[in-house]
Amino acid sequence: MTTDIKEMERRFQEKIDSGLKIEAKEWMPENYRKQLIRMISQHAHSEIVGMLPEGNWITRAPSLRRKAVLLAKVQDEAGHGLYLYSAAETLGIDRQTMINQLLEGKAKYSSIFNYPTLSWADIGAIGWLVDGAAIVNQTMLARGSYGPYSRAMVRICKEESFHNRQGYEIIYGLANGSPEQKQMAQDALNRWWWPSIQMLGPSDAQSKNSEETMRWKIKVESNDTVRQRFIDRTVPQAHAAGLSIPDPDLKFNEESGHWEIGEIEWTEFYQVIKGHGPCNHKRMQARQKAENEGKWVREAAAAYAKKQKSRQQIAA
Amino acid sequence: MNTKDENDQGLLWEVFVQAKPGIPHKHAGSVHAHDAEMALASARDVYTRRREGTSIWVIPSHMITATTEADSESFFDPADDKAYRHPTFYTVPEGVKYL
Repeated sequence: MTTDIKEMERRFQEKIDSGLKIEAKEWMPENYRKQLIRMISQHAHSEIVGMLPEGNWITRAPSLRRKAVLLAKVQDEAGHGLYLYSAAETLGIDRQTMINQLLEGKAKYSSIFNYPTLSWADIGAIGWLVDGAAIVNQTMLARGSYGPYSRAMVRICKEESFHNRQGYEIIYGLANGSPEQKQMAQDALNRWWWPSIQMLGPSDAQSKNSEETMRWKIKVESNDTVRQRFIDRTVPQAHAAGLSIPDPDLKFNEESGHWEIGEIEWTEFYQVIKGHGPCNHKRMQARQKAENEGKWVREAAAAYAKKQKSRQQIAA
Repeated sequence: MNTKDENDQGLLWEVFVQAKPGIPHKHAGSVHAHDAEMALASARDVYTRRREGTSIWVIPSHMITATTEADSESFFDPADDKAYRHPTFYTVPEGVKYL
């Protein structure tokens, strides 16, 4: 093989520019692989950790219908985590390594899951706002250049639409209920609004890695573009429910057709990312506990498979 | 394979789902499992929670042999210059039907 790296990179870029997807076994620049492993594994961890704040309300859902729906939603999040771990594995990292990175505190996951779910309305707010923001981001990622990630995103987006609607249904119901219920919905919106805005990532001016990730179509739109789309979709939904967005500077720009928000408080975002959010410690403890308590199940499954195999060999 | 004590995730399996009777199975993704039975159960939970399938195949990923990118050009190019394998290659005289 005399083809040099520069030439390989040129061909790789050409392929991306012409809109072709990159598949697992194809040549790719080391940094493309690294960036994707980082992104996809963080995304997978977010799905898994994201089960915790919602799981908190499964036993206390206000009706059997709500409980069945919430169970199905949390199960979907587990499924999303699994699709994404598989997508990351196609890049040559194995699942155990990723899980260990999470448990050892070396891997990041979405900052938003470090906030507590204090009332039932928070379950509505998560589906409506957090999943709403996730859909906007993931619809963008579905257009990305890496085939396995893009296909996982397509699948996930379809399922997130249910999450988004069920969340809005909860919020809308509360907002149109008793004054206390309306207050619950407003309170949830007040607490989840800014973290949802922030979860779409640092502003373009602050964002590292963006030139390369855009050129390689790992991302096809910037954080601020995606954030604006989320805002434009969500503000009218809040108003339709009779709720107000907790931002005194929010205004509609007639000329641009966009909702403009006030300044984002980034200090808090970086604090939460660094591990100083309200629930970082608790979330990691819960993951550690699940890992430890599930160990015997995995061992039993492995032992059973081994025994079956040796029986088959004896029979043969 | 991944059967060491510190890595108890099982084997990697590829999952193929048939969406409706009568159509081909299509690759849906992969799962980790220690044996085929567990792989099928996981595949059902992970890939067919919304009735996306009527049948599932699972196969250990390492059992699959695939073409590689480096070979694919020479592997597939014998078909490149055989346009006569397509019906559109042929001219049908005007007025002639059912061809």
